[in-house]
Amino acid sequence: METQEIISKINNFLIDEFELEESQLQPAASLKETLEIDSLDYVDLVVIIEKNFGFKVKGEDFAGIKTLQDFYDYIIKHAKSN
Amino acid sequence: MNRVVITGMGIYSTIGKNVEEVRQSLYIGRSGIGFDPYRKELGFRSGLTGILEMPNLKGEITRRQRVGMAEEADYAYVATAEALKQAKIDNDFLDKNDIGILYGNDSSGKAVCEAYDVLKDKKDTALLGSGAIFQSMNSTITMNLSTIFRLKGINLTISAACASGSHSIGMGYYFIKSGLQDIIICGGGQEINFHSMGSFDGLSAFSIRESEPQKASRPFDRDRDGLVPSGGAATVVLESYESAIRRGAPILAEVIGYGFSSNGDHISVPNVEGPAKSLEMALKDANVKSSDIDYINAHATATPVGDLNEAQAITKVFGLKTPYVSSTKSMTGHEMWMGGASEVIYSMLMMQDSFVAPNINFENPDEFSAKLNIAAKTIKNHKIDMFLSNSFGFGGTNSTLIVKKIK
Repeated sequence: METQEIISKINNFLIDEFELEESQLQPAASLKETLEIDSLDYVDLVVIIEKNFGFKVKGEDFAGIKTLQDFYDYIIKHAKSN
Repeated sequence: MNRVVITGMGIYSTIGKNVEEVRQSLYIGRSGIGFDPYRKELGFRSGLTGILEMPNLKGEITRRQRVGMAEEADYAYVATAEALKQAKIDNDFLDKNDIGILYGNDSSGKAVCEAYDVLKDKKDTALLGSGAIFQSMNSTITMNLSTIFRLKGINLTISAACASGSHSIGMGYYFIKSGLQDIIICGGGQEINFHSMGSFDGLSAFSIRESEPQKASRPFDRDRDGLVPSGGAATVVLESYESAIRRGAPILAEVIGYGFSSNGDHISVPNVEGPAKSLEMALKDANVKSSDIDYINAHATATPVGDLNEAQAITKVFGLKTPYVSSTKSMTGHEMWMGGASEVIYSMLMMQDSFVAPNINFENPDEFSAKLNIAAKTIKNHKIDMFLSNSFGFGGTNSTLIVKKIK
């Protein structure tokens, strides 16, 4: 899967499933403060990532993911190696 | 002791998705029953069920608020939003006051089954998602609605089988009467899916008149052959009279009596003594005579034994001169955990518009129902100043409410 395709897929589920506005999806946006992803939302992200990219995220991996760009990078790395 | 009044009503049911739709259906005797062929594929003895589509809450409440809501919580949200609007309770008022919730619910079968299906397939609890736990618990309605409406008073679920909704109003009545709370959201919610009904179907308690779904639910009729499972949600806002006056809220009626009892007998077969005791206790609590009651909304679900015993209990308390009696389950099917609350709303609408909704499909009485004054057709221009509503459930739990018009 190409990088741009992965980013597009992430943006789509953030808009569809998490009801975020496209304009909010700035790479520097903080997942917690700006996008208001809370601890329960991370549980749902695990499910959505497995559905879309076929790999299971460990809860503790989220600790290092602060911004949307961090999130893109994490998914790109794991989706490509999967 | 405080007087307890009803200041708001809301409903989402098989005979209407709001109070006004339900009012029309009750008057014309419209049935909400249909046939679900998938139940037959699953090996159900009966494919009959109330038919109700899910409300679309996207755009109405946030994703975070929705993901933990089971089917019955969705129904309860719609009913409660309608009731709060009628009671003139807005977000600002909710934030500044301690409002409670006592809501009837006694299962969340679909959510439990669906979570197990995912677990079997994925073998990883992390893939169940964040909402599964909140959907699976019996208190799914109270935990979700208390969060959405930011409630700060008493907050718990009443599980009492098919009397859950009625007991929730009875409990709310006591909390307000005793001065512990000013306003409580009461009601009952019932999932309508096959997941929750298979085990009940297995008891052979459901009607199998599948060729005529709308004639299948026939409480008190000689040829009844069982109940039809149904569902939805119904909410009433209970409030102290003083609070309602202070706020300028609409006072729709007053709850004046609550009776309860437990049969202490068979787990599924009702008796006569327990329900009769509940009826007598409600009349005593309301300090009224049986002759003061203008209408009885019977529990009668259309099971052979249940209706027979309720008819005898009513006759035991009311004698051979009963007020008009009807079972609205003839139209709605058995709304179970919701029924005690929805049937208070159905009776309220009859009281407001001076009619008795028909006990449809009542064609021939049996020995005991012949002693009741059953309204087989809509009784027009019948003034109701006071009604009584019965609800009985598995385990022999009984609840009776008496409500009167405010003059």
